[in-house]
Amino acid sequence: MNAPSSAPAIRTTCPYCGVGCGVLAKPDGFGGAQVQGDPEHPANFGRLCSKGSALGETLSLNGRLLSPMMRGGSDMLEPASWGAALDSVARGFQETIAKHGPDSVAFYVSGQLLTEDYYVANKLMKGFIGSANIDTNSRLCMASSVAGHRRAFGSDTVPGCYEDLDDADLLVLTGSNAAWCHPVLYQRMLKNKRERGARIVVIDPRATSTSDEADLMIQIAPGMDAVLFSGLLVHLAEHGQLDTAFIHGHTSGFADALARARHLAPSVEAVAERCQVAPACVETFYAWFSATEKAVTLYSQGVNQSAQGTDKVNAIINCHLATGRIGKAGMGPFSLTGQPNAMGGREVGGLANQLAAHMDFSPENVDRVRRFWNAPHVAERAGLKAVDLFEAVAERRIKALWVMATNPAVSLPRADAVRTVLRQLDLLVVSDIVANTDTITAGAHVVLPASGWGEKDGTVTNSERRISRQRAFLPPPGDAKPDWWIISQVATRMGFGSAFSYASAAEIFAEHCALSAFEANGTRGFDASGLSALSGLAYEELVPTQWPVDKASPTGRKRVFDDGRFHTVDQRARFVAVENPALSISNERYLPLLLNTGRVRDHWHTMTRTGKSPRLGAHIDEPQVSVHPDDARSFGVADGELARVLTLHGSAVLRVSVTPAQRRGEIFAPIHWNGATASDARVGALVQPACDPISGQPELKATQATLAPALYAAYGFLLARGAVAIPDGVWWARSTVEGGVGYRIAAPAIGGHWSGIAKRLIGESVCRAQLLDDGQGCYRAAIVQDGRLMSCLFLATTPHALPSWEWLKQQLAAPALSDAARRALLAGRAADAGADHGPIVCACFGVGRAQICKVIASGRGCSAEDVGAELKAGTNCGSCLPEVRRLVAETAKSAPPVTA
Amino acid sequence: MGEPLVIVGNGMAATRLVDELTTIAPGRFSIAVVGDEPSLSYNRVLLSSLLAREIDEDAVELKTAKWWRSRGVTLVYGRRAVSIDRGAKQLHLQDGLTLGYGKLVLATGSEAVRLPLPGADLPGVVTFRDKADVARMLSLARPGARAVVIGGGLLGLEAAYGLMKAGAHVSVVHLMERLMERQLDSHAAGLLKAALEERSIDVVLNAESDVIEGQGRVTGLRLKDGRVLPADLVVMAVGIRPNTGLAREAGLAVKRGIVVADDLQTSDPSVYAIGECAEHRGVCYGLVEPAYEQARVLARTLAGAQSHYAGSLLSTNLKVSGVNVFSAGDFLGAPGSEPIVLTDPDRKCYRKLVLSGGRLTGAVLVGDTGDALWYLDLIRTGRPVEKLRADLVFGRAFAEPQAHVQARAA
Repeated sequence: MNAPSSAPAIRTTCPYCGVGCGVLAKPDGFGGAQVQGDPEHPANFGRLCSKGSALGETLSLNGRLLSPMMRGGSDMLEPASWGAALDSVARGFQETIAKHGPDSVAFYVSGQLLTEDYYVANKLMKGFIGSANIDTNSRLCMASSVAGHRRAFGSDTVPGCYEDLDDADLLVLTGSNAAWCHPVLYQRMLKNKRERGARIVVIDPRATSTSDEADLMIQIAPGMDAVLFSGLLVHLAEHGQLDTAFIHGHTSGFADALARARHLAPSVEAVAERCQVAPACVETFYAWFSATEKAVTLYSQGVNQSAQGTDKVNAIINCHLATGRIGKAGMGPFSLTGQPNAMGGREVGGLANQLAAHMDFSPENVDRVRRFWNAPHVAERAGLKAVDLFEAVAERRIKALWVMATNPAVSLPRADAVRTVLRQLDLLVVSDIVANTDTITAGAHVVLPASGWGEKDGTVTNSERRISRQRAFLPPPGDAKPDWWIISQVATRMGFGSAFSYASAAEIFAEHCALSAFEANGTRGFDASGLSALSGLAYEELVPTQWPVDKASPTGRKRVFDDGRFHTVDQRARFVAVENPALSISNERYLPLLLNTGRVRDHWHTMTRTGKSPRLGAHIDEPQVSVHPDDARSFGVADGELARVLTLHGSAVLRVSVTPAQRRGEIFAPIHWNGATASDARVGALVQPACDPISGQPELKATQATLAPALYAAYGFLLARGAVAIPDGVWWARSTVEGGVGYRIAAPAIGGHWSGIAKRLIGESVCRAQLLDDGQGCYRAAIVQDGRLMSCLFLATTPHALPSWEWLKQQLAAPALSDAARRALLAGRAADAGADHGPIVCACFGVGRAQICKVIASGRGCSAEDVGAELKAGTNCGSCLPEVRRLVAETAKSAPPVTA
Repeated sequence: MGEPLVIVGNGMAATRLVDELTTIAPGRFSIAVVGDEPSLSYNRVLLSSLLAREIDEDAVELKTAKWWRSRGVTLVYGRRAVSIDRGAKQLHLQDGLTLGYGKLVLATGSEAVRLPLPGADLPGVVTFRDKADVARMLSLARPGARAVVIGGGLLGLEAAYGLMKAGAHVSVVHLMERLMERQLDSHAAGLLKAALEERSIDVVLNAESDVIEGQGRVTGLRLKDGRVLPADLVVMAVGIRPNTGLAREAGLAVKRGIVVADDLQTSDPSVYAIGECAEHRGVCYGLVEPAYEQARVLARTLAGAQSHYAGSLLSTNLKVSGVNVFSAGDFLGAPGSEPIVLTDPDRKCYRKLVLSGGRLTGAVLVGDTGDALWYLDLIRTGRPVEKLRADLVFGRAFAEPQAHVQARAA
């Protein structure tokens, strides 16, 4: 029977990166959906990246949190009713506030929330609880861009739009591996390069897939972006490339900024030396930037996640202001947002150092917001930013914490310490779609099931200020509820019902848009007043729209600042004199390496979604550390082996990938793996807590580290139909494969006999096929039932002795094993094509049935004697002759008559 | 006329010798073949298939009468040679006929050992050696008949299989704790036992025969432990003894078999011996492969070429349909050797390879014997296999795919 296929495709927005691609989702009627790019969405025009394309594979309810849970008497989480859970949360916050004041509680929220959820959370904390202790994982992602924008423009406003990437003649990517992290935009840039000849410059300490396509790669020393761009400012000044009219008419602070730039970057040689690159590279970059009016500088986490991230942003913006290349087609600084709705959170003001809707904590704004919300206790000063917030948890200044849609026990710097201090909280509430996160297992008291992508309704804003709808196309599973509903229910139980009596996301959106324009008079960047009167139906049908949406631009605006007017008091943009950059490191000689962190192509954050897709799991199926070949030699680690990465804050055991893409002395590890997907790969635990002094964004890209081989008695992998309880002490990393689960494993000791390990890992079975070569340190086992591969375990004393598991994964996925595959199972690969003889017929000469049939079919074997002449079969002891004769007879019968 | 060459014995070794010799040196000898069985030579290996009625009697014939004629061979079958007059270079036959020879080849084979049990001479007690035995067994192995085979070696199991196929209820009685103990380790033997039992052949291990019971004809086999296995037919398949009487009486050097040197010459330079009757370097072989190798070597020697036989590496293939068993070399694994063991109960497959000093020294295969010959070759040549080791147990297609494809093309 076919799935009900008449359901129309629902237009929604991808839940991954900040590109914000439009998606068409067509429910299959069985809880899943077919997903394709929305050809009409202006962010992607139908394209999707690998992650977006696989969204349909991520909708299973495996691992979903389906009911509220509360910690019961046994200290275990037990299912609870919504009423009991919400009462408990409201009471817990009320009691804590009553006892310790409003600043003893906090929310830690997420760029995964929809704008409406964000708005309600911000409103509850800042307007009704009366604290600004609401911060977000966007602090780890975009805070430096926000701060840089606000310093330069007076508001957190991205000036340009994606069309600029089509129109530019020079695309500078700094601190961005867009090819992996913003693939749809990167393909758009490549198209420009291909069709219009735009040049691409990539500035990154790592050679990446992005730099593979670049016209110029500047493999910069970590943290030196501000020097490079200061040098550019100097170069522009010295080569008469300044737009002096723009500088004089629309900016301030140029002279100081230039003077500081000259100090930091007096010459190309000086720049090259500090950036540790060839002077020619620097010269070429400067010459291209000077000569190319239409230049866009795109930047992402390599700039933001830095102890001087805000200065890096301003050093970039300085160059665009100095040349007047801003707010015009094909030019401008362009922050590529990490999360699908980091921007929405910023609009709402869901960060500890903003009040609401691009308003700060000035008394006028506090009063304004108080009146708009009719709120009793509006926060009057900034709250704690992410890293400080968890520091306050450690110091027991924060006693009740509500974490929504994020996993700080994995993602924050010093994640192990964070995980530990979460235990000290009087109340830890976690709203999530996943039942088992490191944050929940760290000691949540109440866990609330949120509806996920495809189940919830609301809006997100992408990197080009475009508000798009996320629409539900699946019913929420179990007891799952939208985050805004959960927050509103708690607010109501805390006595704030009248301000939180929302019936729909549309109502919240309208209020949010109304606040954006409330007494704004055009002084704030974010203005969505044009959307504040949307009916429920209009909200339902809202097309992707770029803010500002106001009287002047009722359908939204592509570019901002095109009139040269900024959101500062004097409407002038500010040049910023940036500080001399320095990494936050000490002279510890026993930590000679720098650890950089980031993403892989096919995973997202902690893999709660991408981890469900076999396709996405196949690209990089275990946590890795990339190491330069020279460092690999110095530290005694080799490609494909395991290494322990150590910092002052933690350690992880990762698969070594030796690659010249790394600079010497620098290693790179992806952030995605966590306690639910690997035993020893919580990379956040390695990272230092140093933050940018202005944005509070932590330095996730440069932690002092060292490396050592991690030796185990046995290495291997395991494929199974379902999750396997891996014994303590065994290193493992899990990935989803077609038809089951794959584990990479390494065991510290073989503990008795190999088959004992097999028993623990894949279970006891009389039909377990086994290979044992003790002398070579090789053990393999597989269990086949009803002609299907159920599980297999391959172990060896060195990782290099293992075959690839790709072929075995295909066998696990196969509805039935072929005879040849069944025979080859423990070999872990197919025999050479054509080498399959079939079952043996002539034992004397080792001739198989397939060989004999082939000779008979070719016409060269009309009798047993002919077959003997061809293959020798039957010419020795002759005992197979009866079977050869039978084969000849049978083939003659089944073969079509030969016509001459 | 060529030099007279007389071959005593009309079995597989003799036939192969004639085939090889008349191919490489046609006309060089005037050949006479003397055999006591009253038929053309036949393929003894196929007797179990004949017993199983998988083939008919024509199919076991090695060569047609026309072929023998075309090779110019005088066939003297159905008559036994009784003595050799080495001085006169004459062979005397049973009926008084005398054949003069220039060269004499003894290919007299072996005879089945009969256990000296009480009742061993009862009707219904047979050995399994020749076509006459098969005919006797078939006459008794009517459907529903009960047959007991004494001996769980290669021959006994093939007999048991044939009898089962002929419709009898068969039990195999074996003295040792496992079947084919000289070829199989206990795991392989266990699989073989299970495979036979699956084919409704009962296997009784650790069973010493005591008395064959019956009045006027056999009714059962009593074991030392007192158990009695009812039987309409008892087959003794406990081993073979080389036929050496003729040689011994002629004064040739004989130990267990007729002693031959590497050129297969006996203690008399005009007399050679090949096949199961011969003892080479202290070994009497009981399989066809060494006999064929010896025939090939002797043919070349007689044709005037330099050739010598250096002994055969024993390998075993059990010819029971659907039960593939192979063994060769040091299949148990001497101290210091390293086993590689693959077990796949579901596929009823077992492979044990024994490595020593980086070389393959032994192999046991049950179930999938496809690579038996390749392993045998590796054992024989002693070629280093360390580089192939990771895939060795999966066979040539995995371990040496290139060579494998070339070998097939060649």
